Amino acid sequence: MSDTLSAARLDPADREALLDTATPIVIVGHVDHGKSTLIGRLLYDTDNLQDGKVQQIIESSKKRGLAVEWSFLLDSLQIERDQGVTVDSTRIPFRLGNRQFVIVDAPGHRQFLRNMITGAADAEAAVLVVDANEGAQEQTRRHAMLLRLIGIRHIIVLLNKADLLGFDEQKIRAVEKSVTELLAQLELKPSLFVPASARDGDNIASRSDKSPWYTGPILTEALAAVPSGNTRAALPFRMPVQDVYRYDDVRYVAGRIERGVIREGDTVEIGTQGSKARVAKVARWNAADSKEAVAGESIALVLEPDVIPARGDMLFLPHQAPEKTARIRAHLFWLRQEPLRVGESFRLRLSTAEHQVTVASIDSVLRLDDLTEQQAEEVGPEGFAHVTLVAGEAIQFDPFSPGTSDGRGVLVDRNQRIVGGAPLLGPADLKNGHAIHPSAGEVDGAQRARSKGHKARVVWLTGLSGAGKSTIARLAEKKLFARGTDAFVLDGDTLRMGLCSDLGFTEADRHENVRRAAEVAKILTQAGQVVIVALISPLVADRALARKIVGEAFDEVFIDTSLATCEQRDSKGLYKAARDGKIENFTGISSPYEAPTKADLHIKADGVAAEENAEALVRHILSVI
Amino acid sequence: MDHLDQLEAQSVFILREAYRKLKPLAMLWSLGKDSNVMVWLARKAFMGRVPFPVMHVDTEKKFPEMYAFRDEYTKKWNLDLLLGYCPPVEEMDPTLPPAARSAARKTAGLASMIETHKLQGVIAGIRRDEQGTRAKERVFSPRGASHKWDIRNQPPEFWDQYATPHEEGMHIRVHPLLSWREIDIWRYIERENIPLVDLYFARDGKRYRSLGDSDITSPVESNASTVAEVIAELETTKTSERAGRAMDHESEDAFERLRVAGYL
Repeated sequence: MSDTLSAARLDPADREALLDTATPIVIVGHVDHGKSTLIGRLLYDTDNLQDGKVQQIIESSKKRGLAVEWSFLLDSLQIERDQGVTVDSTRIPFRLGNRQFVIVDAPGHRQFLRNMITGAADAEAAVLVVDANEGAQEQTRRHAMLLRLIGIRHIIVLLNKADLLGFDEQKIRAVEKSVTELLAQLELKPSLFVPASARDGDNIASRSDKSPWYTGPILTEALAAVPSGNTRAALPFRMPVQDVYRYDDVRYVAGRIERGVIREGDTVEIGTQGSKARVAKVARWNAADSKEAVAGESIALVLEPDVIPARGDMLFLPHQAPEKTARIRAHLFWLRQEPLRVGESFRLRLSTAEHQVTVASIDSVLRLDDLTEQQAEEVGPEGFAHVTLVAGEAIQFDPFSPGTSDGRGVLVDRNQRIVGGAPLLGPADLKNGHAIHPSAGEVDGAQRARSKGHKARVVWLTGLSGAGKSTIARLAEKKLFARGTDAFVLDGDTLRMGLCSDLGFTEADRHENVRRAAEVAKILTQAGQVVIVALISPLVADRALARKIVGEAFDEVFIDTSLATCEQRDSKGLYKAARDGKIENFTGISSPYEAPTKADLHIKADGVAAEENAEALVRHILSVI
Repeated sequence: MDHLDQLEAQSVFILREAYRKLKPLAMLWSLGKDSNVMVWLARKAFMGRVPFPVMHVDTEKKFPEMYAFRDEYTKKWNLDLLLGYCPPVEEMDPTLPPAARSAARKTAGLASMIETHKLQGVIAGIRRDEQGTRAKERVFSPRGASHKWDIRNQPPEFWDQYATPHEEGMHIRVHPLLSWREIDIWRYIERENIPLVDLYFARDGKRYRSLGDSDITSPVESNASTVAEVIAELETTKTSERAGRAMDHESEDAFERLRVAGYL
């Protein structure tokens, strides 16, 4: 072992280097091809083990009647040591000379694919361990495919257990050739093949005399040559809004810059709505003042004018807009144990944004035996496919490319479970993806308005529980109907009886409740109706979504009744139950209510008769239809 | 951005996700070095404020210096402090070895706080490099109604997309420091000038490297009496951080059993 690898006696340059970012390296490969042994060996040979650890491994090995079993270092769970398998991924910091790495150990068993993705998704490079004796196996292909999908391009192939072939050059070259061909099918080109024995330490941290014909780098040399994470600062600026805070009358737009640079004075465009604002301040706490921020930083921006972006809105520079489409081609790695079929709907999470999407078509499925793409009706458990996703609104994204954080979609099911990874590739042609064909009506809105004598409109009543929304809505409906206006009320409780009976009261479920209410309201406006929606809809962002879904013909009406009055009324006994802790996430008690700041109509309802408030609502509606 | 900047940015991102997604949310504050860094990172994320309560699950067996520190910085940092206490050791699983049994009190104390405050999110400062089972953790780790950690059935977590609660009674343990190493913590303490309980600094040739209950934590040999000296020491030591924690050495799986049951 060379002195430069020793932990002690750091010279100043090394100390400086230790402050550098650690490079994550994922170790993948078929079960029993020797991943854990490799890691144990690597850490030991490079002096990266703490004293206690070595002792632990020796004791654990003895207890089970084994020689020193290096894999115990990672398989730290009882069941892992007892059964000799790796259950979940582990990350171990590792130093090589003056460079930091994090080794990600990914389990090889088929059913643990999701754990492997969890470990591997942010790696810079991969070591693909292949048993030289057995050659590539099913998991070798699966892992290689995954490396491609998550965008890892730097791959070192370790031909392990080469001792079983007596380090025979010809035999090893033959394995190398077959693995090269396999990877070529996936458009992957490994940077290096290292013939090695992890168990004996041959060509791991020291050159083996058993393979004099091999003159390439040994594993540690190959790792030291892995390029470190390249900077994304040179790419066009992107910051997805994570949240918006208001402290001491200043509004902070918080988020992490995914790429590019932002400077005070820059004008940014916000999301698909296209509004613009100037960056008045790049705000930080307890940090040197700097007027700019770069990719990777989690910062807060103060904008002028004081607009309120929603979580998920992308901030970008006006002349550098991302793609925008509602039909997207995507790769897919499918993690659910049941197959995926066309027509299923999911939440697509894309950095901090969430969109409802439907799988419009399965364009091809990868067959792992021969790595060919096939037509198929469904994507099987842990399968790989090309799909077309369709959303209800345009989605902004940058197409996925290896090494960047853009376009990395994740599919989430109704139970908030992540069921797939979906790198977004680009807009889909209409001719691909044939399952969903929204048809345009033959009767248009103007014709309906002429026939009914009024325009369609959604009037969205928001306010606390017990504010009087439904009462006012029903009274207004009656008055409008009496004068020949086709009005209809959608209220929260009615929706939750049927259409939304599967939803609870978490933030995500409330969001979905609002989305469905808005979609139904939109359909009713297409039928020419005036729709009065009575829904607490406590969050600014959710009401903004409703407005986005419905479009122009939308009014927000704030039924402004004080919490004290609502709680005193407590017509449904809900406040008492919430105060007693029997209801979680109750708006105004344990969950926030964000009052509208510029509602189209503000009804101050405290101490005013419902009849009078309904009159005001009717007057407003008549003025806009 | 250097290594510390990146760790900081990632932790701030995680804390902001937790604050947005999990309500009600609270942060564990054990008064140790990691949890002080965690409180500091929350102040980074929210422009100098900690917008959720911090919780101290008190075993009533901490060092007096720790209680003094708690009282001082609750005021200085304007923290909303929630206190919880732990049941007596006699009520704990008698099959656990003594120190682990003593530590199990904390699990029970924490569980009761989570129930009392109906928490949906609990932020905790564990790190992967501390201990093997911690290395298996998720950043957002769902816990069922019984608070148990289902190691064999953890949700996928990648590309900064985290699990959220999907059943009644479950909560999420949020781990913003998972990727930090012990030495990163100390370098960050040095860079940001974060205050610490002085038990971490050597007196009479010994210092505490990790602080737990006073009856089951021992100091290690050291002459490091300043942050800079501690960093220099850590750059060369090969002794594990938890060497002074009795429960880690009692039996091979004591820690894992505790962790599965909900311990940190």
